[in-house]
Amino acid sequence: MAQAAESRKRGKTKDASVNQPQLLDAYRTMLLIRRFEEKAGQLYGMGLIGGFCHLYIGQEAVVTGMQMAAGEGDQVITSYRDHGHMLAAGMEARGVMAELTGRSGGYSRGKGGSMHMFSKERNFFGGHGIVGAQVSLGNGLAFSNWYRGNDRVSLTYFGDGASNQGQVYESFNLAAMLKLPVVFIIENNKYGMGTAVDRASASHDLSKNGAPWGIPGIKVDGMDVVAVREAADLAISTCRAGKGPYLLEVETYRYRGHSMSDPARYRTREEVQAMRTQHDCIENVRHKLEAIGVEEAAFRAIDDEVKGIVQDAADFAQTSPEPDEAELWTDILVEG
Amino acid sequence: MATQILMPALSPTMTEGKLARWLKAVGDSVKAGDVIAEIETDKATMEVEAVDEGTITALLIPEGTEGVAVNTPIAELSGGTEMARPAPVPMAAPAPAPVVVAAPVAAPVADKDWGETKPTTVREALRDAMALEMRRDGDVFLLGEEVAQYQGAYKISQGLLDEFGAKRVIDTPITEHGFAGMAVGAALNGLKPIVEFMTFNFAMQAMDHIINSAAKTLYMSGGQMGCPIVFRGPNGAASRVGAQHSQCYASWYAHVPGLKVVAPWSSADSKGLLRAAIRDPNPIIFLENEILYGQTFDCPVDEDFILPIGKAKIERAGSHVTIVAFSIMVGVAMEAAKVLAEQGIEAEVINLRSLRPLDIDTVVASVKKTNRLVTIEEGWPFAGIGAEVVMQVIEGAFDWLDAPPVRVHGKDVPLPYAANLEKLALPQPSWVVEAVKKIV
Repeated sequence: MAQAAESRKRGKTKDASVNQPQLLDAYRTMLLIRRFEEKAGQLYGMGLIGGFCHLYIGQEAVVTGMQMAAGEGDQVITSYRDHGHMLAAGMEARGVMAELTGRSGGYSRGKGGSMHMFSKERNFFGGHGIVGAQVSLGNGLAFSNWYRGNDRVSLTYFGDGASNQGQVYESFNLAAMLKLPVVFIIENNKYGMGTAVDRASASHDLSKNGAPWGIPGIKVDGMDVVAVREAADLAISTCRAGKGPYLLEVETYRYRGHSMSDPARYRTREEVQAMRTQHDCIENVRHKLEAIGVEEAAFRAIDDEVKGIVQDAADFAQTSPEPDEAELWTDILVEG
Repeated sequence: MATQILMPALSPTMTEGKLARWLKAVGDSVKAGDVIAEIETDKATMEVEAVDEGTITALLIPEGTEGVAVNTPIAELSGGTEMARPAPVPMAAPAPAPVVVAAPVAAPVADKDWGETKPTTVREALRDAMALEMRRDGDVFLLGEEVAQYQGAYKISQGLLDEFGAKRVIDTPITEHGFAGMAVGAALNGLKPIVEFMTFNFAMQAMDHIINSAAKTLYMSGGQMGCPIVFRGPNGAASRVGAQHSQCYASWYAHVPGLKVVAPWSSADSKGLLRAAIRDPNPIIFLENEILYGQTFDCPVDEDFILPIGKAKIERAGSHVTIVAFSIMVGVAMEAAKVLAEQGIEAEVINLRSLRPLDIDTVVASVKKTNRLVTIEEGWPFAGIGAEVVMQVIEGAFDWLDAPPVRVHGKDVPLPYAANLEKLALPQPSWVVEAVKKIV
């Protein structure tokens, strides 16, 4: 594990740590997220999805690599840019897409929307619309593991923008004091809405933001799913061993605007193009697979499968009925 | 097989826009994610990306065209590997796991006679309630500032650390936002935290988690994720601690669907309602009062004593006027009633006990008997609890009212420090007597 950390610090990955079926699975998950998000963008454009819709395109390797290392029962919690996390956590594309369209077949029966979805069954705790709130809540999931004395770990995601919130540092302090099993994952996609990270944070190395509390942290190449997987192994195993929290700063990039209605004038088209063409996480893993002899037919089969899932989800999301009007008044309080 | 590309909406309010520029031409092949065009509205320029792959066979709208309606076909794509759409299969919603409600116990009854009582302070009643529930359910724990080693800033948690240990009685740093959020996260995963705020004034720091995380998640999750948590601590004025330590938050919390709000007066209220709050599967705001902590009331000794949330108590029966109060103001109302009785006016005093849900039925039934209503609260009048009670009585018993209802309340100012000014700002029994005499 120490070796893995060393190689990561040098910006290299030991591809041998991930076998071919795992890599193919990662390719499939990332492609599913991307195709799902493209479809969501399309449905938004058609007016079928309302309100805010924050796409995860470009960042797929982060949650995919983390989930490759996560175990059954580990909890996941994140911000409003949450569709990819739900798919990676094993939630059904249909239920997620139908929530985006506000239909009864959605995970929250249409009452949560893009930013507020949950699955107790898949240990996915949202989907939170208030920047940074999920960090305190994720700490609480870790607290519940600590309190119950089990070895589960809370995977708590937030962005570079949220990393400046006061409650993040309150959470670092509490997690370090109680030695809570929580991996804090900063998805540094370089922009908090339209503000570049160096215009919002005086800290130039977010992986060190937990250092005053003794929280170990490393920077990870978030466009390389294998690097994310290796860092996740280290962080999660440290937490599982009862050694307290761990911080990962995963450097990534979102290709789309902050939300659907963001023209993204704060960065150049060339910058975006360079990331897409030279660093794309899906192309990256595809090259790795090609290098070890995976043939075109295998990719084509996955592409077709993923397209089918996404189209089925889109169809379901348009045919599932709107929630019954009586739903307005349900789920306000637990009865009994 | 041809696919039409439609004019997309950039925002929920956009109905049309300008097709500014084509970045692809007829005959070009495109992959999903390729930028094919730019569109403009009065607010922004956005790129349109291909969702499917194939070859552009037609550009249906020339670049530079203004006022292109959303969902108008703008181009056609053919070939590629566009898959046949599978027929939509109706499927049931992913079944949300039903929220499991703890401890199958009989619903508490308001008017049950609990038998023997003994003099108990409110402080002891609160401590006993927590100890009894922590013995009963291992998922219940207490956290907050100074609750463990210091035994509570107001000594409410006296002895709990010794009995339950450091894992269940947890001292936190002075970080309300962080520890309240952590407790909510633990509750979403099934634990039953009791969060002590040293005072509710400090809960302002945690307001986002109380409202946005605790109160709304059940609804936003379609019923999957409940939040069984109690936020408790002293609320309202103490004695000469100034404006920042002396606010009544009753109407703030009572405003919010998804919360229950409880405000006990006596020791029996405190013990019975806190036990019910801890067992309740919902987020509860439990508003105590520092001045009441040391007051002694008779309290049932029965091990099973518990009170229902949402039921008011008639503390004193009367036929001439209904006085509605909660928390420390119940005592003020009772003193006023004594004075009024000496003058031949019999007041019915209702202790609301719960503010949300509000037991308006008990109030309305009383007003139908007395035909007159006075409300009293320590907090400010604007959009206050008194305003809400009066409005609901107007809705439920307008024809029974023989006089306009009167609100008695704290003065509409930040609470001053000077002893004489503070006294001028907080409701006194004489204010209630005067209010009653105006309408009787």
